Amino acid sequence: MSNAPVNNGRRRFLTAATSVVGGVGVVGVAVPFIGSWNPSARAKAAGAPVEINVSKIEPGQLIRAEWRGKPVYVVRRTEEIIAGLSTHDGQLKDPQSEVPQQPDYAKNEYRSIKPEFLVALGVCTHLGCAPTHHKGDFDQHVDGVKDGFFCPCHGSKFDMAGRVFQSVPAPTNLMIPEHSFPTEDTLLIGVAGGEA
Amino acid sequence: MFSNLMAWIEQRLPLMDAMNKHAAQYPAPKNFNFWYVFGILASVVLVNQLLTGIWLTMNYEPSGEGAFASVEYIMRDVDYGWLLRYMHSTGASAFFIVVYLHMFRGMMYGSYQKPRELLWLFGMLIFLVLMAEAFMGYLLPWGNMSYWGAQVIISIFGAIPIIGDDLTLWIRGDYVISGATLNRFFALHVIALPLVLVVLVFLHILALHEVGSNNPDGTDIKKPKGSVAPEEQSKFTFHEQYTKKYDIVDAIPFHPYYTVKDLVAVVIFLILFCAVMFFAPEGGGYFIEAPNFEPANGLKTPEHIAPVWYFGPFYTILRIVPDKLLGAIAMFGAIVALFMLPWCDRGVVKSLRYRCTAHTVNLIQFAICFIILGILGTLPATPLNNMIGTIATFGYFGFFVAIWIYSKNEKTKPVPERVTG
Repeated sequence: MSNAPVNNGRRRFLTAATSVVGGVGVVGVAVPFIGSWNPSARAKAAGAPVEINVSKIEPGQLIRAEWRGKPVYVVRRTEEIIAGLSTHDGQLKDPQSEVPQQPDYAKNEYRSIKPEFLVALGVCTHLGCAPTHHKGDFDQHVDGVKDGFFCPCHGSKFDMAGRVFQSVPAPTNLMIPEHSFPTEDTLLIGVAGGEA
Repeated sequence: MFSNLMAWIEQRLPLMDAMNKHAAQYPAPKNFNFWYVFGILASVVLVNQLLTGIWLTMNYEPSGEGAFASVEYIMRDVDYGWLLRYMHSTGASAFFIVVYLHMFRGMMYGSYQKPRELLWLFGMLIFLVLMAEAFMGYLLPWGNMSYWGAQVIISIFGAIPIIGDDLTLWIRGDYVISGATLNRFFALHVIALPLVLVVLVFLHILALHEVGSNNPDGTDIKKPKGSVAPEEQSKFTFHEQYTKKYDIVDAIPFHPYYTVKDLVAVVIFLILFCAVMFFAPEGGGYFIEAPNFEPANGLKTPEHIAPVWYFGPFYTILRIVPDKLLGAIAMFGAIVALFMLPWCDRGVVKSLRYRCTAHTVNLIQFAICFIILGILGTLPATPLNNMIGTIATFGYFGFFVAIWIYSKNEKTKPVPERVTG
């Protein structure tokens, strides 16, 4: 090899140049293959905002809406429930909602735009099961708290602001989706106020 | 005429030579016991899965709207459709049974130790691809357990910091698991992963034949060339690939000796396989879970989400850790630990027959912990189950720590020069 009439410097340069160009080509070709796994235009369209008339929800009642295939819990909280939210902060993992599981406009004591209406994804933050709403009998899971959500899969517990209790598998509070009230009685899930 | 044709082919493509090298003149230790049949059984199941899988695609419809109904169609209206599907679904569980036993054989007799580390790694890659294959295949019937099982597994990737949410969106191709997810899983399940699997199996066997089979004694049957008197050497003809460098002792050709032995195992295996397939195709709810008889429903979580039994051990490890990210790390760590086994074990003696008592104890406790973890994976997460699961998880990882410690200056028994029995 050493006696062969070759210029090793040039050969190295050509090998390196070919490898680099080839490598760029591979990356370029990978783009459509990886990109085609993103949600399609149809999937994005199906994920459009959902409108709900909240005037028909009874105080204390929970209704389930479907947005992007996920259950959205809309609860009209009673005065009693709203007042009770501040009583068990010590038992929560993240009482002040520091983890960005909600839009900034819902980062408050009630995790909502209006204290009366909780809008949260009914998807447990542990492994995605649907927590069940316990109305008045939640104290079987947490002493002294009458209302809340209990996940039947792995036993995670949330209060009526979707805040997670301590010592359960779920790491964070329930997700609050982008939402807004274009009029007094209409709730629009999936889009923040001012965008629609 | 025929021999002329064979010669004509042989000059252009040495087929007979390859057959001899890998079967009729491949030297296999003469002391294989029944633990050595599971490799062949895995190949038999692989062929079963490939064949029945191809036939199932002929009537299956990979779409969110049609998948569940098309499986019912296969079960009810297609001639022998029920049989083909049960062969495939029973085959999935059978695959893991034989693969787990095959792996445990390797652990007992030190078949992962030098010089067989790469062979072990290929085997572990096969195991990994097999798990991906089984997971994606389980989504395809589009039953409610398919759906929620996939939901749980995909959301594990959401535990990765920063990119987690985008990654799960990318994997699903939708904001939820939908027909888009089903379709891509179908493509991966029937084309991409089987191709990878077949290539890996091919490499696994090539790597095996390069270093040679281990045996229950862990004694090398290849001795240095010229060190063994001719009358002591094996009387059979072996391929020059093996004889040119070594004197071979205590070996018999793979074919016909082990093909015939394996045939007995295959017959016994098929009897058991058919018993399950015909009389208990749902495997008591462990092979096909009850919620999977209703269609996928994103708004209705099954009471108790349990993975199929073969994922049980890893699911339990995921679940007993109270932190999502750490749980996912522990679960993948459990698989990585298996990959690292050849380097965790610093011993030179291979077979547990000649290793220290601690090793036998360690191996037994590992097997027990693995089985306990598997059982717990199918049960609800009660505080008691979580406590037992935590102990078993420590036992699982403890195996690798312990072997690293005692294998350094291990008190072993003398290994015989030649294989026994």
